[in-house]
Amino acid sequence: MTSNREKLVLIGNGMAGVGTIEQILKLGGAYDITVFGSEPHPNYNRIMLSYVLEGSKTVDDIILNDWNWYKENGITLHTGTTVTRIDGESRKVIAENGLTADYDKVIIATGSNSFILPIPGSGKEGVVGFRDIADCEAMLKAAKQYRKAAVIGGGLLGLEAAKGLVNLGMDVTVVHLMEDLMERQLDHTAASMLKAELERQGVKFAMGKQTVELTGDERVSGLRFADGTELEAQFVVMAVGIKPNVALAKDSGIEVNRGIVVDDFLQTSLTDVYSVGECTEHRGICYGLVAPLFEQGTVLAKHLCDVEAKPYEGSVVSTKLKISGVDVFSAGEFIETPEHTVIAAKDDWKRTYKKILLKNNIIVGAVLFGDVTESASLQKLVKQGAEMTDDIYADVMGTGCCGGGGAKKTASVESMSDEEIVCGCNGVTKKAIVDAITDNGFTTVDEIKACTGATRSCGGCKPVVEQILQYVLGDGFEQSAKTGICGCTTLSRDEIVAEIRAKGLTTTKEVMNVLGWKQEEGCSKCRPAVNYYLGMIYPDTHEDEKESRFVNERMSANIQKDGTFTVVPRMYGGVTTPEDLKRIADVSIKYDVKVVKVTGGQRLDLIGIKKEDVPKVWEELDMPSGYAYAKSLRTVKTCVGSQFCRFGTQDSMGMGALLERKYERLDFPAKFKMAVNGCPRNCAESCTKDIGIVGNDGGWEVFIGGNGGIKPRIADSFCKVKTDEELVEICSAVMQYYRETGNYMERTSEWVERLGLDQIQSFILDNAEERKALAQRIDFALTQVKDPWKKMLNDGETRTALFEAAEIR
Amino acid sequence: MEAARQTYAAGKVEDYLKQIGRVVVIEGKELAVFRTSGNEFYVLENRNPHPKGGPLAEGIVSGHYLYDPLYDWKIDLRTGEVQAPDKGQAAVYPVYIDGDTVVIGI
Repeated sequence: MTSNREKLVLIGNGMAGVGTIEQILKLGGAYDITVFGSEPHPNYNRIMLSYVLEGSKTVDDIILNDWNWYKENGITLHTGTTVTRIDGESRKVIAENGLTADYDKVIIATGSNSFILPIPGSGKEGVVGFRDIADCEAMLKAAKQYRKAAVIGGGLLGLEAAKGLVNLGMDVTVVHLMEDLMERQLDHTAASMLKAELERQGVKFAMGKQTVELTGDERVSGLRFADGTELEAQFVVMAVGIKPNVALAKDSGIEVNRGIVVDDFLQTSLTDVYSVGECTEHRGICYGLVAPLFEQGTVLAKHLCDVEAKPYEGSVVSTKLKISGVDVFSAGEFIETPEHTVIAAKDDWKRTYKKILLKNNIIVGAVLFGDVTESASLQKLVKQGAEMTDDIYADVMGTGCCGGGGAKKTASVESMSDEEIVCGCNGVTKKAIVDAITDNGFTTVDEIKACTGATRSCGGCKPVVEQILQYVLGDGFEQSAKTGICGCTTLSRDEIVAEIRAKGLTTTKEVMNVLGWKQEEGCSKCRPAVNYYLGMIYPDTHEDEKESRFVNERMSANIQKDGTFTVVPRMYGGVTTPEDLKRIADVSIKYDVKVVKVTGGQRLDLIGIKKEDVPKVWEELDMPSGYAYAKSLRTVKTCVGSQFCRFGTQDSMGMGALLERKYERLDFPAKFKMAVNGCPRNCAESCTKDIGIVGNDGGWEVFIGGNGGIKPRIADSFCKVKTDEELVEICSAVMQYYRETGNYMERTSEWVERLGLDQIQSFILDNAEERKALAQRIDFALTQVKDPWKKMLNDGETRTALFEAAEIR
Repeated sequence: MEAARQTYAAGKVEDYLKQIGRVVVIEGKELAVFRTSGNEFYVLENRNPHPKGGPLAEGIVSGHYLYDPLYDWKIDLRTGEVQAPDKGQAAVYPVYIDGDTVVIGI
């Protein structure tokens, strides 16, 4: 770092400011950069806070620039430090704690604060906004302690907060001043549909209510409304709006209106001081959404790097609600007046709604509910101020069934300016995507994602990225549209399996060599997949490749984030003995197991075992591996059944243990879970298992393709059988058919949908010969399997190399 | 890479399985040693450059790349550089083979 470089100080360590810095670095701007942030975190993706609340992401997941990034780029970072003044005279930035920094240029990006209603009680404990990680943490904590929550404000942020709190188990009422939700983004029809959908998801509403007081002692206990009614709540989220954070600018004598006033190059009234993001007011508008922030940042970065930049002329804003399963979109003008021409389609059965507003035949706004596939095109059309044509109409209203459509979409991408931001989450422009495609010869969205980051966060821009790809590749697109199982090959699963059989290929290396893999030794996706296919095709001769197994399968234990492992011994059918429990307890104590967890599959998980202790734990447990780490049979969950239960009609514990013993240790395309129930009360939950079995008075009913995980699916009834032998044969046939036709990592829930239940039924049920052949093949494969823990304990060399540190001499 | 200040013998070549990492502790520092299918050796600090941290030794090795075991980041074993779209840097240590002894510098 040399001191003759100009000093650039960024006040505000958030998306807008750091986004600008990233652009400056990309443009090669030669500045000594110092960043001040009042939050204790590095820069994170604020728009994803709702996912953190919803539980689908953690705080770590939404970090955009980690500590290293600052270090690597030579940026001095002061977190937890609030700047109070810019002294234009001495050209210094002064922080609350006395810290100062000299500057040549300053960027203010202090963002905004939650607007807290100035009503009695708003300072009580248990009242928060929804702006930052601290708010999010307060909400997560409140959900553990309190039951009733109120969210004041039925806008974007309020609804996301409400849904998050419902997911956390709270009883949540959204209090809204107006009669329509999100009235600044949606019309009455869309707002009503949204409200109905959220009610279905458990959110309650108090509409047209003005909150006048928050009641309670030290902690809030309820809300009082203008009409005299009250609502109980031990936790209140204020989401009525945001307030640009302008205190610093005001105290520094910078011109401030609602926000910090800037010109078209983001310059404030003080020389060399700029402002971007939510704290900024440009041509009378303060933006509170992400896309404008990036657009401002791009203009400012160019300006500061002396790259010729078009002035910033304002943004067309569009909105997307980030609640899983509720798709809402709006752009531009959305409330019709007499001067608008309205195109609208409402479908009460599919619960979708689409409205486009025209003014003098120019597309000026749109609202979508339920189906937002056209959101990307509409956003573009609104932004361009495109004229409505027959083609566009057919395209976006979906009536021009075939032909034409695709070409028209490409045309709209063509007219997009190079600097237009396509991916709002990661600030990727059209030019960056086009360059990535032309410079690297990319042919898939995945490659573009890997290189530029576009589509990586919320995925909303994927249709546009696809269109750009299509536009750049032209005719080349169709033929390259075919994608292989990963970036290393263009071959599909079926082609690979066919080639292995036809050419007699025996190792992953051979497969990748002969079939022309792009990356010679494959990647973390294809190596394990090919290893599985080889094992499935040659159950007796394929030598399993430890180096091609994902860590958990290689180690026969599940890795945890700190590098320790978990051990789960078999408990056939979820049945154990006092002796086994005692041994598990003794070993757990001896090896300082951090947590003993009862798993969802009716067994015990010993968590937090040091890598070098793992084999010792196996040895002393002296129990078979439970395969909790593998794409293999996990557990067979059972109910008590006829041995003890007064309702039981079949011996579910007995059958469960029998099936678990028979099919354990065999590799499957993905993990495989089963359940056996003694009667139709179905206490062991057959409907969410890969194979679920329900006993009845005269035999068994078999269900397949259930899943309770990431994409829940209720299992389909496959068939009914009378005897235990028939049951086992059916299970064998279904499992082997899945092993032979399933894509690696594809659960049976997806497999059943892909192949079709009818097809699987007719293949297995209508054809005794095929069924028996499948059963024979799985029986043969089963004769080859061995307990991996015993195997490892008997192979001292591999055990040492895998589990112990090398010695230093 | 600067000249190493001190070198340590960390066992024989055969002590390391091809394409499977192994931990070595030197001066209290945990290192992950990788032997590629072409018998090249690389050493990274056994610390995941992902913000959540964790180990690297258990990853999948392909050529001179490593797919980390926890977050599937692709890391160049030669430079420690995390490949796009992820960003980060794992610390790299010099290693050479002397006869059949693996020698690591720190």
